[in-house]
Amino acid sequence: MTVKDLIEKLDLKCLNPVNLDAEVTSAYACDLLSDVMGNARSGQVWITMQTHKNVTAIASLKDMPAVIIVRDGVPDDDMLQHAKDEDICLLVSKDTTFEVCGKLYELIK
Amino acid sequence: MQFKADMHIHSVLSPCGDIEMSPSAIVETAKARGMDIIGITDHNSTLNADVTRRLGEKVGLHVLMGAEVTTKEEVHCLAFMPTTEKLAEFQAFLDSRVIYFQNDVDRFGYQLVVDEEENILDQVQHLLINALDLPMLELQQEVYRLGGIFIPAHIDRPTFSLSSQLGFVPSGLKFHAMELSYYCKRDGYRFLEDHPWFSDLNFIQSSDAHFVPDIAKIHSVLEMPFFSFDNFKDALRQGEPVIL
Repeated sequence: MTVKDLIEKLDLKCLNPVNLDAEVTSAYACDLLSDVMGNARSGQVWITMQTHKNVTAIASLKDMPAVIIVRDGVPDDDMLQHAKDEDICLLVSKDTTFEVCGKLYELIK
Repeated sequence: MQFKADMHIHSVLSPCGDIEMSPSAIVETAKARGMDIIGITDHNSTLNADVTRRLGEKVGLHVLMGAEVTTKEEVHCLAFMPTTEKLAEFQAFLDSRVIYFQNDVDRFGYQLVVDEEENILDQVQHLLINALDLPMLELQQEVYRLGGIFIPAHIDRPTFSLSSQLGFVPSGLKFHAMELSYYCKRDGYRFLEDHPWFSDLNFIQSSDAHFVPDIAKIHSVLEMPFFSFDNFKDALRQGEPVIL
């Protein structure tokens, strides 16, 4: 499963089309950035409703290829810019965290 | 001159603030415990701040009028305004960003606006502890535009803090100081040692009192020639204002 597959299968809006061929084997769903810093793993996709630029900074730090913003969240301007600077694929879902996690789990379990 | 300050105190306006936390009780207790300056910081509202300032004036206690704002990221930030006019403007700004959720008094507690004699003037209807539709950076910019003081609250705490919600200080964010909680540096609590990227900042330390016995259980010491809002602001930025 690649990021590109994810976009199609979860019907995601892509705001920064990079890392499309990156392999996705797992995900981390959390809105506490301190917890993500501590516990997310390289290669995971991050599911969150935070739209602050520190999200993309931590995704970069943890070598996460993509971030899925749930419930049609709108990234802050500097978050989008930061995603471009740091090559993080920024995705938006209309679904809630629960729904995104459930669908993604079915795809990659 | 040295001034003792407890800059984070909740009144009966905060749903979690004890019913005994009237402005008069806060002023009386802080004064009795040797404070020179206090901050009145209810959740997302400043409506008991001016009455507390007037009560403080009568007994020689300086009261900084502010609020503890919950941003969109669920980061708690202290904000103080220099005048009652700016305070009103700031209050209107906060009100414009409320995500309305009716307060349930039985679950969350009363949110009371009171006068100097503890008469109830109003009850705030929406739950004040909810996050506002307001990014932290925008809050900071508005506080600076109004000439106020901006201090991210209890940054060492595992909930509702800059460290828990955002991991580290975002680039571009301005602040006059960071606040440490009562717990920092106590009982083997090693926040600054374990988070060295937070250690090189200007700090104050405050009680975050919700109950009368907690008022001034810890304070900061600030050096300034005489008290004024601007001197206080400068004192936060200069030197080492904190006693830990």
